[in-house]
Amino acid sequence: MKNLKLASASALAIASASFASTAQADDLTLCWAAWDPANALVELSKEFEAQSGHTMSFEFIPWPNFADRMLNELNSGGKLCDLLIGDSQWIGGGAENGHYVKLNDFFDNQGISMDDFAPATVYAYSTWPKGTPNYYALPAMGDANGWFYRRDWFGRDDIKAAFKEATGRDLGEPKSQKEMLEIAQFFQGREIDGKTVYGAAIFTERGSEGITMGVTSALYPWGFKYENTPGAYDMEGAVNSPEAVEALEFYKEFYETATPPGYTNSYMGESLDAFKSGQVAMAMNWFAFFPGLYADPNTGGDKIDFFVNPPQNQAGSTLGGQGISVVAYSDKQDAALEYIKWFANPDVQAKWWELGGYSAHNSVLNDPGFVDSQPFAGDFLDAMGGVQDFWQEPAYAELLLAMQKRIHDYVVADQGTAQEALDKLIEDWTEVFEDEGKL
Amino acid sequence: MSDTPVSRAARATPPRVARKIKGLSDRAIAWIFVGPTIFLLLAINIFPLIWTIQLSFTNYKANRIGREVKNIGLRNYERILTDTDIWLNMQATAHFLFWTIFFQVLIGFTLAYLINKKFKGNDLWTTIIVLPMMLSPAVVGNFWKFLYQPQIGLFNYIVAFFTGKEPSSFEMLGSVNLAPWSIVIVDTWMWTPFVMLICLAGLRSIPDYIYEAAEVDRASKLRQFFTITIPMVLPFLMLAVLFRGIENFKMFDLVVQLTGGGPGSTTELTSINLKREAFEKWRTGYASAYAIILFVTVFGLASIYVKALNKVKER
Amino acid sequence: MSSFSVTEPSKRSKWFAGTLVILYALITMIPLAWIMLTGFKSPADAISYPPKVVFEPTLEGYVNLFTQRTRQTQEYLDANPPENWRDEIVRQYDMVIVGPSKFGERFLNSVIIGFGSTFLSIFLGTLAAYAFSRFKIPLADDLLFFILSTRMMPPIAVAIPIFLMYRQLGLSDTHLGMILLYTAVNISLAVWLLKGFIDEIPREYEEAALIDGYTRFQAFYKVVLPQAATGIASTAIFCLIFAWNEYAFAVLLTSGTAQTAPPFIPTIIGVGGLDWPAVAAGATIFLIPVMIFTILLRKHLLRGITFGAVRK
Repeated sequence: MKNLKLASASALAIASASFASTAQADDLTLCWAAWDPANALVELSKEFEAQSGHTMSFEFIPWPNFADRMLNELNSGGKLCDLLIGDSQWIGGGAENGHYVKLNDFFDNQGISMDDFAPATVYAYSTWPKGTPNYYALPAMGDANGWFYRRDWFGRDDIKAAFKEATGRDLGEPKSQKEMLEIAQFFQGREIDGKTVYGAAIFTERGSEGITMGVTSALYPWGFKYENTPGAYDMEGAVNSPEAVEALEFYKEFYETATPPGYTNSYMGESLDAFKSGQVAMAMNWFAFFPGLYADPNTGGDKIDFFVNPPQNQAGSTLGGQGISVVAYSDKQDAALEYIKWFANPDVQAKWWELGGYSAHNSVLNDPGFVDSQPFAGDFLDAMGGVQDFWQEPAYAELLLAMQKRIHDYVVADQGTAQEALDKLIEDWTEVFEDEGKL
Repeated sequence: MSDTPVSRAARATPPRVARKIKGLSDRAIAWIFVGPTIFLLLAINIFPLIWTIQLSFTNYKANRIGREVKNIGLRNYERILTDTDIWLNMQATAHFLFWTIFFQVLIGFTLAYLINKKFKGNDLWTTIIVLPMMLSPAVVGNFWKFLYQPQIGLFNYIVAFFTGKEPSSFEMLGSVNLAPWSIVIVDTWMWTPFVMLICLAGLRSIPDYIYEAAEVDRASKLRQFFTITIPMVLPFLMLAVLFRGIENFKMFDLVVQLTGGGPGSTTELTSINLKREAFEKWRTGYASAYAIILFVTVFGLASIYVKALNKVKER
Repeated sequence: MSSFSVTEPSKRSKWFAGTLVILYALITMIPLAWIMLTGFKSPADAISYPPKVVFEPTLEGYVNLFTQRTRQTQEYLDANPPENWRDEIVRQYDMVIVGPSKFGERFLNSVIIGFGSTFLSIFLGTLAAYAFSRFKIPLADDLLFFILSTRMMPPIAVAIPIFLMYRQLGLSDTHLGMILLYTAVNISLAVWLLKGFIDEIPREYEEAALIDGYTRFQAFYKVVLPQAATGIASTAIFCLIFAWNEYAFAVLLTSGTAQTAPPFIPTIIGVGGLDWPAVAAGATIFLIPVMIFTILLRKHLLRGITFGAVRK
C-alpha cells in the first residue's frame, strides 16, 4: 500500500529531474549476475540516477554462485537487494514465498502494460501461476541459448574442401543437431594454423545449472516434454520418452567426441574462454554474451557469426533471461518501483538494446530496423519464438539439482545408461512433487 | 604428553585464603566469569542443536514460509538410511578419510623422524613446512584448481615433465578415476605438517636414557625403532589421527572449491551433499535428520577411538 | 662434544635427514610460490603453455583485483587520455576504471569480523578459563568437554538452525551475527588453551596477593593477567586465524554486507572467464598476514592446533 502514495506523483516526476527534491534520495542496491549485460546496466542506470536523485549500488555475483547466493539471501529475508534481476525459474518461489512484491497494482497505476512486452517473455519472466495475469516482475532481459562459430574458419577454402571430402556436404551453419555434431567432430583435433583445435564448447557444469541448460538444448529439439498433460505432473513416458533418451545419448556423444579436453565442468565462462582463445570452432552460450563476443578484438567482428540452436525433430531453444523484481524485504520499495517505472520506458528500453541488453519491449523488437541492428538480432527473434523453460515451480531448485546430478552422472561421470538416468530423474521428481502435495 | 586439562579437576582455593578474600565471594565470581561463555554456548550451540533434533522429525522447508509443517516421525531418518546415493557419499568420504590419514601419517611421521635428527637449521625448515596448514582452505582449494588445469596447470606440467605424457591428456579434477585422488593430494599437502608437528612432540618426549639403556643391551637400531620409538610415539600419532579424522569428516571448504563434488558425484563428500540438501534444495527437516546422523556418527566413532587411545596411553 | 652419546645422530645421518627435509620443504612451497608469482603475471602469461617461470612482471592482477572496469569505445578512449599508471594498464584492453571493486570491502569485513570475534572470544574465554582453573565448579569436566564437543559438528549442520535463528533475529548478513557465531566457535579453543596457560601460573602468586588484601578480581587483573599475557596473545592469534580462514559459515550466512574475503576471492572474475592473476593477487594479500602470524606463533603452534592436548 506504500506504493500508492508514490503512484500519483511519480508519473510527472519521472519525466523531470525536479523529482529529486520532492522525494527522499535513497541508495538502491540492484542485484544481478556478473556478466557483460550487467556492465551495460550500470551505464544505463546513470541516467536514472541523474533523473531521480537516487543513487544506485550494484551487487553482481558470478553465475556459478548466483542462484545459490541470491536464493539464500531471499530465504534469509535479507535486505541486501532492493531490486533483483532474478532468473526465470525463481518466479514461482519468489511469488509463493512472498520474496517478490506483486506488481499488478503498480502497473495499473503507472499505465505500464504487459501487452507492450513480447508475450513469451511476459509468460516466462513475469507471471505466476504461469500464464495468469499476476505479475511479479517486469521482463528485463530476454535470452536464450544459442551458438556462435568461427566464420573465418568456415570460410576457408582448404577447410571447406576437407569438410566436403570427409562428409560429402558443404560446410556451413548447421541445419540440424546432427549436422552440428558432424561439423564439431570434423574440427575435433584438427590442426589449424599450427594449433590443435576442437569441435565445440558445450555446458557441462555440475554445481549450479550448467549441464541442464546444455542438455535441454538437445532435449527440446528432439521433442522432450516435462509432462504428458500440462499441469498433471505425469512424467512417465514424457521425460523418458525414446526421443528424450536419444537426445541425451546425443549430448553424451557430443561431449565425448567433439569438445576440448578438460571441459568436464564448464559453463558460460569456460565456453567464452574456449572460443576467445581460439580453441574451438563452435560454442554454445547465452545470447547475452553475443554483443561482447562480436566486439572482441581477436575473435569478433568478421571472424564470428551466430546461429539459433538447430532443430532436430522440431525447433527448440533453452530459455534464459530474467525479469526485474522488487524485493519484499527492502525498506526502499518506493524508490525501487520508481526504477522499474523508469526502466519500462520505451526510450530507456531502446537505449538498453543499444548498450547490449536484450530488451523485451515490443517497441524495440518490432522496430523495422531491429533485425539488422546487430548480426545476431534476427537469430534472437527466431530463438525467442521457440523457447522452452525448465520447471518454474517453487520447488525448482530441488528439481534442478536432481537433474544436474542425474545428467552429470551419466554424461560426464559415465555411469549407467541414458534410459536409467531419465528413469531415476522421474523418481527424483516424483518424490519432490509428492512432498509438494502435487502428486 | 603432559596431562590434559580435563584430567585435572578444578581445585578449590585453600580455606585459609578463602576466608581472607574481600569483595565478591569466589562462588559468585566463578559464575560471573563462566556465565557469559555458558550463555553464548547455550544460545549458539545447544539451543540450535535441540532445534535441529526437533526439525529432523518434520517436513519443514526453510524457503517455504507459511507452508504447513507436519510432524512425520522417523520418515526423514528412514529415507536417508535407505538412500543408496547417500551411501555413495559415505563411501567417497571414507575413501577420502582413509587415504588422507594414511599418507599424512606416513609422510608426517617420516618428516618428524628426520627433523628429530636435529640437523642444522631444522627449526627454520619446520616453520616453512608448517605454513600450508595455517592457510584458508577455501583459498587453497581455489588455487590448487588453477594448478590442476589440464592445459595450463603447473601440476599437470610437472607430472608430464617427469612421465613424458601430454599435460592435457589427464584431468585431475575432471576424471572420475583421478578426482578422488586429487582431493587427497591437496589435503595431504596441507595437513601433513599437522601430523608431523605432533609426532615431533612425541619423538622429543622420549627420554634419551631409554635409548642408552637399549644400546647397553646391544639392541639393534631397527629393534630400538620398533620397540621404543614406535610405541612411545603411538599415543601422539593416535591423537593426530583423531584430530585429522574429525576435521576431514567435516571437510567442506577445500573440496567444494576444488571439485564441487564432481565429476558426477564422485567427490561429493557428506558435508557437500548435506549443503545441497539444506541450502540448495532447502529440505530443512530432511537435512536436519542428516546432520544428526552425521553428528552421532562422528561422536560415536570419536568416543570409541578415545577409549582405545586411553588404553594405549595406559600401557 | 657429545659425539660419544648414543642418542646423538651421526653426521652422515644428519646430512641425509637435512637434505630430505629441505627437499620436502621446497616442494611444499612450490604451490605457494607459484600463486604469488601468478599475481604478477599478465592474464596471457598466466594461462600460457608451457607455464612461464620467467616473465615480465606487471601489476595488472592487483589493479584488476581492486578496480571495476568496463570496455569503452575508441572515441571515448581517445578523448580521455589515461591519468595514471593504473589507467595505462587497463587501457591495453580498451577498458577504463569505473570504480573500486568489492575486494576492499570484503577484506575490511574479514578484518572487522576477525578482530571482533577474537576480542570477544579472548575476553570471555579468559574469564571462563580462570574460573575453571581456580574455582571448584560443579561438573567442571563435563562442561569443559561439552565446550570442546561443539567443535565436532560439521559447520554445515550447525548452520541450519543458525540460519533459521538469524533470520528470525535479523542477524543474517550482519557483522554482529558473524562475530557472535565465530566467537561461539572459537570460545572452545580459547577456554581450553587459556586454562592450560593459567594452570601453569603458580597459584601462590595470587594467594599472596589475596592475603595482602586484593579482591579476587584485583588479583586476577593485576597478578594473573600479566603472567598469562603470552598465552593470551598466542590464543588470540589462533582465534584470529580461524575467523580469518573460515568459509562454510561465511558462504551460507552472508551475502554482501558482511561477506568476508574467503567466499569472495574464488569468485573474482574478469570480463569473460576467470581472471587468474587477480585471484592470485587476492589470495596473496589474504594469505600473507597468516604466514606472518604463523612464524610469530611457531613456539605455541603445537599447543594451539591440539587444543592444548600436547604441549612441549
